Amino acid sequence: MTVNNMADFVMPKLGADMAAGKLVAWRKKPGDVVKRGDIIADVETDKGVIEVEVFTDGVIEKFLIEPGAEVPVGTAMAIIRGEAETVPAAVVSSAVPKILPVPVPLPAPVVTVPSSAQLPSKRQRVSPAAREMAHTLGIDISTVHGTGPEGAVTREDVEHAGAFGAEEPTAEPDRLMRMRRVIAAAMSRSKREIPHYYLSESIDLHPAQIWLAARNAGRSVTERLLPGVLLLKAVALALREIPELNAQWMDEQAIPSQAIHLGVAISLRGGGLIAPAVHDADRKSLDELMRDLQDLVMRARSGGLRSSELSDPTITVTNLGERGAEAVFGVIYPPQVAIVGFGKIVERPWVVGGQVVPRPVVTATLSADHRASDGHRGGVFLAAVDRLLQEPEKL
Amino acid sequence: MTPEEIRPIVLRAIHRVAPEADPAELESDVPLRDQLDIDSMDFLRFVIELHESLGVNVPEKDYSKLDTIDDCVDYLASAIATQPTTEK
Repeated sequence: MTVNNMADFVMPKLGADMAAGKLVAWRKKPGDVVKRGDIIADVETDKGVIEVEVFTDGVIEKFLIEPGAEVPVGTAMAIIRGEAETVPAAVVSSAVPKILPVPVPLPAPVVTVPSSAQLPSKRQRVSPAAREMAHTLGIDISTVHGTGPEGAVTREDVEHAGAFGAEEPTAEPDRLMRMRRVIAAAMSRSKREIPHYYLSESIDLHPAQIWLAARNAGRSVTERLLPGVLLLKAVALALREIPELNAQWMDEQAIPSQAIHLGVAISLRGGGLIAPAVHDADRKSLDELMRDLQDLVMRARSGGLRSSELSDPTITVTNLGERGAEAVFGVIYPPQVAIVGFGKIVERPWVVGGQVVPRPVVTATLSADHRASDGHRGGVFLAAVDRLLQEPEKL
Repeated sequence: MTPEEIRPIVLRAIHRVAPEADPAELESDVPLRDQLDIDSMDFLRFVIELHESLGVNVPEKDYSKLDTIDDCVDYLASAIATQPTTEK
């Protein structure tokens, strides 16, 4: 039996306050077979340019809007014809079952710059400043792709080559201003609508640090874990025990999330921040979490976040790191119902077996929506995070 | 390798981690963390960049020896001179 299902691919909502988005480019063409998770388009939002994934299997029937068009969230952008689970190689006719068009969310920069490998055969034009910068960085100027007048290599080209090799993120001149606007809208809405309550817990990280040092010793620098990964895993596992913090507030009720996708707050160079998801954090090993985190930080700062990473977080974790303050009480990102914070690790007097000893201590905090949970359960959650971190080998 | 050969590699690693920084304006004897907005993930990436460029696998316990650019150059020159030639 053959059943054809047509589904609209719509402008995704990539953030709580996103109203519209601009199609930058299609990554596919009509007739292409797509699978769930494939990147189908680049969409520009106030947070930048995001790689938008398709959430259904099928064949692209037609595009409904052209690059450059700005349309409201929910607007049909393309029609996708559903295919059987096993799609015949390049055939377009026999189709099958179900297709759930699923929009996708948020922003991040993308843009690939021509490879530096192919240079014109004529004499290369290089500005003096670019030559000096290349010398400083030890970069072979002949490998740098020029974007100046008549293909001249500029200082900026050398900087980009040094920072990104052949690829470069889109530099939005007003990116920071637009991002601040998005953050302002989300945070204002949060403080307007969400009755926050706040809790904190001091946690002894001595066992975690000892375990981590032993685990990292002797490993290649590329295989080492950062303390923040242990904190993420502890939060993810604790959420299994207190699921009401891993939910979304919609239609006057808390809707439990089916998976634990941690939104990790990442500060961006030049200002602003973004909190893409580490998917299924409770089910990943520490090594997997570390790889995911490195990859997310890299792409958040240089371009290439995916829509699902921006739309999927079920709770946010913010970690101020070693240069931040001792505690952070975050503002919940709606429609989430909680945000967990970690301050910098500091050495403090700690009582162990009746003796005062110096211990590395981190302050874990919870800001939670009082409509979705109560302080008692919030306290149980922080206690669970503490307990889990005392046995790092089990994380 | 000589310190003169290592320095631009260190600067390039810094630039990859903190592209907004102008290598020409960095002070060689001032702690990097006082001059750059870098976190632990950035620092790890910096160390990975050095590993990939020079083959030096800096142990965690030696991170504190990479405080300034001069420190990095000295440490790496010493490490390269004493390590087996198999790495990298």
